[in-house]
Amino acid sequence: MTKHMKDLGGATRRDVLVGSAVAGTGLVVGYSVLPHVTGGAREALAAGNFEPSLFLTMEPSGIATVHITKTEMGQHVGTALAQAVAEELEIDWNDVRIDYPDSHEKWGLMITGGSWSVNWTFDRNSRIGAAARMALVEAGANMLGVPASECTAANSTVTHTGTGQSATYSEIISGGPIDRTFSEDEMKAIELKKFGEYKLVGTSVPALDIPAKINGTARYGIDVFVPNMAYGRIVTWPTRWGAMPKSVDDSAASGIDGYIGTEIIEDPTGVQRGYAIVLAESIWAAEKAADAVSVDWDLGPNASVSTADILAYAKKATADGEGFAWVIDGDTDAGMSGAATVVEAEYETSIGYHGMMEPMNCVAMEQDGVWHLFTACQWSTRCTAMTAEALGVEPANVVHHQQYAGTGFGRRLEPDAMIPAALAAKAAGRPVKLVFTREQDVMFDFHQSLTYQTVKGGINVAGDLDTMVHTVCSAWATKRQAPGFLAESVDKKGKIDPFSTNGSDHWYNIPNQYVRSIENVVGQSATPPGQLRAVAPTWTMWAVESFLDEAAHAVGRDPLEFRTSLLKAVGKNAGTPPNTVGGSERLRNALLVAAGRAGYGVKPLPANTAQGIASVTSQERGSPTWTACVAEVHVDPESGEPTVRKLSIAMDVGTAVNPDGVIAQIQGSAIYGTSRVLYENITMKDGSIEQSNLDTWTPMRINQAPEIDVNIIQNGHYPAGTGEPVVTVVGPAIANAIHAAVGARVRSWPITAEKVKAAMTEA
Amino acid sequence: MAVLNINGVSHVVDAPGDTKLLWVIREGLRLTGTKFGCGIGLCGACTVHLNGEAVRSCQLQLSDAEGATITTIEGLDPKGQHPVQKAWLELQIPQCGYCQSGQMMNAAAFLESNSSPSDAEILDAMQGNICRCSTYARIKQGVRRAAQMMQEA
Repeated sequence: MTKHMKDLGGATRRDVLVGSAVAGTGLVVGYSVLPHVTGGAREALAAGNFEPSLFLTMEPSGIATVHITKTEMGQHVGTALAQAVAEELEIDWNDVRIDYPDSHEKWGLMITGGSWSVNWTFDRNSRIGAAARMALVEAGANMLGVPASECTAANSTVTHTGTGQSATYSEIISGGPIDRTFSEDEMKAIELKKFGEYKLVGTSVPALDIPAKINGTARYGIDVFVPNMAYGRIVTWPTRWGAMPKSVDDSAASGIDGYIGTEIIEDPTGVQRGYAIVLAESIWAAEKAADAVSVDWDLGPNASVSTADILAYAKKATADGEGFAWVIDGDTDAGMSGAATVVEAEYETSIGYHGMMEPMNCVAMEQDGVWHLFTACQWSTRCTAMTAEALGVEPANVVHHQQYAGTGFGRRLEPDAMIPAALAAKAAGRPVKLVFTREQDVMFDFHQSLTYQTVKGGINVAGDLDTMVHTVCSAWATKRQAPGFLAESVDKKGKIDPFSTNGSDHWYNIPNQYVRSIENVVGQSATPPGQLRAVAPTWTMWAVESFLDEAAHAVGRDPLEFRTSLLKAVGKNAGTPPNTVGGSERLRNALLVAAGRAGYGVKPLPANTAQGIASVTSQERGSPTWTACVAEVHVDPESGEPTVRKLSIAMDVGTAVNPDGVIAQIQGSAIYGTSRVLYENITMKDGSIEQSNLDTWTPMRINQAPEIDVNIIQNGHYPAGTGEPVVTVVGPAIANAIHAAVGARVRSWPITAEKVKAAMTEA
Repeated sequence: MAVLNINGVSHVVDAPGDTKLLWVIREGLRLTGTKFGCGIGLCGACTVHLNGEAVRSCQLQLSDAEGATITTIEGLDPKGQHPVQKAWLELQIPQCGYCQSGQMMNAAAFLESNSSPSDAEILDAMQGNICRCSTYARIKQGVRRAAQMMQEA
């Protein structure tokens, strides 16, 4: 799927132009608009078909700006991507800036997620930097009157090796026009630096976005103001999805100073059926008025749905054999009938809330027929198109202006603040700033689906797990967001959502394996599913890694040894360059590093305290980040309360572009995953989410956070994504540790003291 | 009309007395470093100093703040060089950064009252501030580092 999505990134089969139209005006690097421009960069610039899709611009002063089409939401993505450019450009890092351009089709698919950013873009950005350097070296050599082949570039300067004469990038760009075209083949042929040759990649340069984040000047979507704007506030719907306002009585709001009115607006996109939106001159007037108005609602089709109904549907659909195959390897029937030991278990994960600190928001403004949307968004391509649909205008007339994101976690892939803000602005005839309340952000999230999985394993007489049958039932986010990305099932019987199934196609050698993916249609309507940090592996790895532990114990084998015995880089798990080179043995190595660092099996531990292990290959089989974790957990034998003492994490990232950034991502995602598994729960009753704010939805706080030991493995392979995998590994490691400590196997989230205590009694 | 003293500047505010102080600060006066997070005083993103004490500005009304001295992240240090800010930069603490104004305001007020805190005291003092990027390990280090800088100063 990564490949499929990447092709949509577009702009890969065109010439790269490095040029300046007129001497002294600066240097631009990007793809030409048209394939195979014949006149070169200068002519293209003059003709105006070069300006689009610039990746890099340089000023006559020598300052380079790398244009980042990814959302900055805490991952410092711009810094890492600029490092890739700067490494090959041979520019002084102090001369490097970044910016975040407005949305435009010229950028191809604008999406940030899946830990894809560095993984997809590192090679391209390296080549862009190299092409610019080559053009600068050639122009510099020309200026010095020496052959380019005798010149080198370093620290923003081109130097002639023989004479020591030199010209700075600033002098070269100021000195004369540059006009260089690189064909696609030339771009491919550029020899990039290799691991071990880097000067900037692999160093922890400070993140470029941090200075503004410590003095209050960083601008997030919620910090945007435009002239003459009104404040919009959505009147909270009575059900998560499907309610439509029929009428509004606003008599109680009419006396509120600054109250403008309440609009009932239908949403043709189906993101919601419709809105009652209060408009006011100030946010506090909008807030008070939204509380004061009385709306008569059509509750819609989901008004009686509860969490139990969603789970019941999942169990029935699974038992009825619904869904389609995602993996068919070997012969599971034969494997199962020949098994000496059969292990079966069911695993559940609860509905998840993204919990961004900055609630959803948008400022929408129309000017000269063009709609401007100011907010942080992870999927500008989709969200501008859907807002255009809601407004009834052409997508090209909707522009997204990127802002810093007060986290994203996949939540900002959705247009559900843009659309009502734009519709309200259209109705009001003036710009509107719309901010979700925390309650609305909790209750009207595109939640992570409730999931239900079954795993059945066959272990042969030698004690090896050789057969595995796995069913995965969830709501399918892709079906909502981008049905075109549903995949043909392996049995060719229908479409399935790969992004709800990824991870079940793991890297363990199980000769007979079958995975079936099932849509939960009740959840699909009642809890419209979204993508949440780490996506499907959050639940598929929970099942696989809990199950491997159970299988190991069933035959009296150590869970670490049981796993490593299944991780040989052979057959389909041999791996291929660049992303999976090394195959399963990289996961085996990560397991051994985590185990060694944690003192697995040798560290003396107090009573009711134990270590559990897990390893994952999130996000997708084709783009794994080989990750392992040993969790050390204490369980209170009286209450069953689990306390995570320490998480020892090993992650093979191939190449860490910015090691401190990688460490930060691992530290953060370890807590995020632990919080999700132990503390966070979302439930539905009467079609509405029961939790509404931090009094009822209770994520981990600093005083509850475990110690985290981070171990980054670098071996020079291609950089892997690091923002998400650890979210998926900590849950099963913790559950496995709880089992090791007190014999209690908990198979559903959240793992509460009550569930542990109950499982202790059963054990 | 109310007069608010924020970061050493007097602001005339034309808003009802029951307006949340948070909305006056960030939407009215556009000192947007102070953030909205939960609206019920449980996340700490809106933390400012009221007469030197860390408070949740979403839990106060405009009328509560008249006559008080208010400090926001923009005024914590005239050059953005408060030891807490320096420690936050040195240790590269912010990820998305949205909660960090509140974290730093809370930490700065705490260190005024306890200049050499234990780890347990740091965790207790900072538990009211949620960070969903989970920069907790570094926040703990950051408070420790800022305390050290303040002692050395």
